[in-house]
Amino acid sequence: MQLLRTFLLRLLTTAITLIGVAVIVFVVIRVVPGNPIAMMLPPGATDEDIARLTAQYGLDKPIPEQFLIWASGVLQGDFGTSITARQPVLDLVLGRLPATLELSIMALVIAVILGGVMALTGTRARGTKVEAGIDVANGMALSVPDFLWGLVLILLFGVLVPVFHISGRVTPSLDLPFTTNFYLFESVLRLRFDLWADIVSHMFMPALALAIPLAAIIGQLLKQSLKETMHLDYVTLSRTKGYGENHVITREALPNAILPTLTLVGVQFTFLIGGTVIIERLFSYEGLGNMAIDAVINRDLPLIQGIVILFAVIFTAVNLVVDLSYALLNPRLRHG
Amino acid sequence: MSFLTVTNLSARLKGTGFPILRRVSLSVAAGQVHGLVGESGAGKSMIGKAVLGILPSSVEITEGRIELDGVDLLSLPLKERRRRIGATAALIPQDPLTALNPSRRIAPQVTDRLVDILGWARARANARALELLHEVQIPDPERVLRSYPHELSGGMRQRILIASAFAAEPKLIVADEPTTALDVTVQKQILKLIAEMQARHGTALLFVTHDLGVVSKVCQSLSVLYGGMVVEDTPVRDFFRAPAHAYSRALLAATPKYTDPMASLVPVPEAVIAGVQAELAAFDRGARHG
Repeated sequence: MQLLRTFLLRLLTTAITLIGVAVIVFVVIRVVPGNPIAMMLPPGATDEDIARLTAQYGLDKPIPEQFLIWASGVLQGDFGTSITARQPVLDLVLGRLPATLELSIMALVIAVILGGVMALTGTRARGTKVEAGIDVANGMALSVPDFLWGLVLILLFGVLVPVFHISGRVTPSLDLPFTTNFYLFESVLRLRFDLWADIVSHMFMPALALAIPLAAIIGQLLKQSLKETMHLDYVTLSRTKGYGENHVITREALPNAILPTLTLVGVQFTFLIGGTVIIERLFSYEGLGNMAIDAVINRDLPLIQGIVILFAVIFTAVNLVVDLSYALLNPRLRHG
Repeated sequence: MSFLTVTNLSARLKGTGFPILRRVSLSVAAGQVHGLVGESGAGKSMIGKAVLGILPSSVEITEGRIELDGVDLLSLPLKERRRRIGATAALIPQDPLTALNPSRRIAPQVTDRLVDILGWARARANARALELLHEVQIPDPERVLRSYPHELSGGMRQRILIASAFAAEPKLIVADEPTTALDVTVQKQILKLIAEMQARHGTALLFVTHDLGVVSKVCQSLSVLYGGMVVEDTPVRDFFRAPAHAYSRALLAATPKYTDPMASLVPVPEAVIAGVQAELAAFDRGARHG
């Protein structure tokens, strides 16, 4: 009951957020300099040609009117037509979304595993050199941004010891039997592990670059809250029951220590998705972020709007999932 | 035959080397209740913690033996020591509000030791939990076993912790000021419950408290501690009739009289404190030279 109410309330605030995002983006990209029509036409086009195309895309009307036309289309599921690709924005965006989702989720999984292992190992080895080493590694991982980790990884595993692919999403010469754009997921379903390995080999470095700073944050925060939890009475009581430290950490302390980390992971995951824009560019990965940069360079207004709205939807969805899982994990919140 | 024997146990703070326990010796016979009394910081809780292997990481044991059922715990490797303690001893903690894991239901917190350490079948452990909750007079035990700690009152939680301590029929229970954190009206009931359970199960009990009134009701013998040193170790009857040590006498005189609530409180006289501190100093000199 409580969950349902939370959910409905969040749905309402999400709608308001999305309207706000839509208005701001719509106005800003029309106010900043740069004319999408000029980009489309060959040099030497007449003013008449420009005026005709501008009218065709409705860009001659006042901004509020343009917005109403676009918004009523959006409500009917029509996000307009990309100026450069001349295809429906919705098709383009949804076609790229799976690539970015797979990359972000892979990065999240890597970050949770790396961060979790660091936190648990650090807690297990409290007060030893191992813990100090983990703290140093954490600090290093945290002080370098994801795109620099991307460059470091390219140099290390793409150039120095070339074990991973450094560009693209899949080797282009391969024959792809896929019907969806969730290549990684579908390759598993189709039991095509040869393709899966190729895709992972392309995704691993961009995913790792995105994951390293997040892993450091997870590791640091989780270790801190584990440390605090380890002093609590129920942890001590569990020791007197005969349990070893591993059990005490994972079964008694972890379920309680994980809650603050979970909230943070939600917030940080949205930053990670933001980070895909530059990382996808760096690794020529055909996802939404790469498309967003092209759209901005070409002043492809409908496409920019579509991508930004989609990112906003993803961000709010992630936050909603975090809030709901928080309520599920913490029995004290469940009953309101 | 004593079930717990502590011999010449000394402990100190790591780093500064500040003494926490000074050659403490005591023994608790099977089925007996032994009190540990003293003011805050006297080391009474530390003895209980040392016995159960849960001393803070900042405290190290420097000498002595802790024998539980004839086995010297300090000579065992950590993992084995924990298992041995878990199988034969138990703790009734001080604060019931923090001693139950907030994210786990009550049932597994009562049965986990039975299943994981003693290898009981889950069904048998669950039946045992139900029986124990009946025994500690918790109404509607089925519902309570399915509850989370935050749904229960402090008194209820302390009853659950008592049930959990007796679950594996331990030979020794350490009760670390088990009523201090409770409401005054609940304290009496909980104390009575612990005494009844102890008598029925024949468990040896190491009762840590600063309340001499409680000692006179539940204990057969007691150790008086000051500065981590045992100043007197005596049967309860002798202690209340004629305490041997000046500090014990002062402590007894300082206890508020329930029969005369208007009488002003008597502090432990400065001269007595000076005397017992001189003893500590002499002890430390002796330890250094011996």
